[in-house]
Formats: sequence, structure tokens, C-alpha cells
Amino acid sequence: MGRVQPIRPSSDAPIAMHDHAMENIRFIRETMEGASSFTAVPGIGGVLMGLTAFAAAPVAARQPTLERWLAVWMGSAVVAFAIGMFAMVRKARSGKLPLLTQPGRKFALGLAPALLVAGLLTVVLYRTGLTDLFPGVWLLLYGTAVTAAGAFSVRVVPAMGFCFLILGAAALFAPAAWANWFLAAGFGGLHVLFGSIIAWRYGG
Amino acid sequence: MARQSTLRKENVPKGAAPVLDHLAAVSPPDLDRLIHERMRLGIVSALAANEALTFNDLKRLLKTSDGNLSVHARKLEEGHYITCTKSFHGRMPRTEYRLTPAGRRAFEKYLAHMEALIEAMRDR
Repeated sequence: MGRVQPIRPSSDAPIAMHDHAMENIRFIRETMEGASSFTAVPGIGGVLMGLTAFAAAPVAARQPTLERWLAVWMGSAVVAFAIGMFAMVRKARSGKLPLLTQPGRKFALGLAPALLVAGLLTVVLYRTGLTDLFPGVWLLLYGTAVTAAGAFSVRVVPAMGFCFLILGAAALFAPAAWANWFLAAGFGGLHVLFGSIIAWRYGG
Repeated sequence: MARQSTLRKENVPKGAAPVLDHLAAVSPPDLDRLIHERMRLGIVSALAANEALTFNDLKRLLKTSDGNLSVHARKLEEGHYITCTKSFHGRMPRTEYRLTPAGRRAFEKYLAHMEALIEAMRDR
């Protein structure tokens, strides 16, 4: 007769509970990450960002020098960036849980490289005098940033990025006199349009 | 149950008894059964990450059927963990769910339970 052993070893229950707990936490995290993509991008923030571009376009058009024109658009970009960040932080806080940091980090990582390149190229283009390329380069790189960041979000976000790419490509081959129109259409029109869609369909 | 716990404690290595006591403190009978079920846990988790989600958002996210989602959402609603508002968006009916403060507290408590279980095993 062999040794009598318990059917269920003593350590089984705690280990099973531990595995179950790990599984549950994983499920919660994945569900929250999946769910947070519904609102990762703030729609109303997008609309407000667009309005700053609409306000900047006529002001920029009246500037007598390139430097002042550049300052108006740069100022508009800084204000829009601040609005975007504020709106995103506000949304993340509405979740009230640290688990939300993952989608936010993915979004920032997608957005940052192309925006940094845009900043760098702005300096290079200014120094080399190729300033007519500003609208096309800005729209293209912003489109690249949004498309990359939008890969982790709802489909409407990369769709907006794609529209920026098309507009940016067109701007590269358009007359320099249309610069403000292109920038207003892109940073103003596309932001307001897609911001409204996001706010309407995905709440805020 | 009590007898089973005693038997287990006798078999565990020296020094592990406090861990088992801790595990006993967070054992399944203490778990919130309303949230513990997988579909309901999914609903609550999704709503914890959003101010509100529509019925269709939840259905798509949790990859479930209308009937299944309705049944579980109703149970959470009856437990006052979520609220449901029905409205019209244009001509389309729209059902929107939100987590109540009680639901959020229950969710956070459940998370703490799970983390305590994992911590207890890690310390072992």
C-alpha cells in the first residue's frame, strides 16, 4: 500500500487564489486600457485648440515680417498645446486611478517624436531661408504625430492624422501666399471638425 | 471551513502561518460577489476608466451579446453600483452607464483585495 497523500496539497489553494488574483488584475487593467481609448483624446480640447488657430490666422496674415508671423503661429501652438495638455490631464483625472497612466504614456510616446522633429526642422528651415515650407512641414509632422499616437486610440484619431498628412502634402506644393489658409484649415478646421466628432461620439 | 484552515496551517512551513492568516482575511467569502463575476468586473472596470459609456461601447469593449450585457448591467444597477440613463441621440435611443460613488468604492476595495492576495504570496 502506497503512502497516503492529501488529494489537494496544502499549498494549492493559496497559489490558485494568487493566480486568480493576478489574472483578475490583468483583466481589469486590460479592460480599463481598452475602455480608456474611448476618451484618451479630449474632443472639446481639440475644438478649443482649433479655435486658437482660427484666431491666429488673421493676426498672422497682418504681420509685416516673417519673424512676427512666426511668433504668432508659435504663440498659437504653445496656447493650443497647453489647452490640449490641460484637457488630457482633466480626462485622465476623471478616471481617478493610476492604472490609467499606460494609455496616456502610449499616446505621449506616439506624439512626442514627430513634434520634436517639427521643432527642430522649424529652426533649420528658418536658418536656411526655406520658410515657405513651414506650413507643409508643420502639417505633415503634426499629422505623423497624431497618426502614430492615434494607433492606441479610437479610429477617428488616426483618421484626423491622415487628413493632416493630405493637407500637409498639398501645402508643400501650394503657393506661399496660401500659408495662413492652409494652417487655418489644418490646425483650425481639422481640430474643430474632429474634436466635435470625438466630443459627440465619445463623450467630451 | 475552520477545520480545513487548521489542517493547512499544520502542513505549511514554519513562518508561513501569518501569510495564511492574511489570506484568510481576504478569502473568497469576503470578496464582493457582485463585482467578482467576470462580465460585471469588466463593466465596472470599463466605467472606472470613463465618466460614462454607452451600451454599445460596453458591448464592443467586452465582446458580448446584448442579452448578456443587459442582465449583468441590470444586476449592477440593482446593487446601486452603476446608474443607467436612457435618452435619444437624434432618432437613435442611447443607453448610458456611469459608475456610482458606491460602485467606485466597491471597485477600489476589490482591487485592494486582489493586491493583498498577490502581496501575501509575494512575501511568502
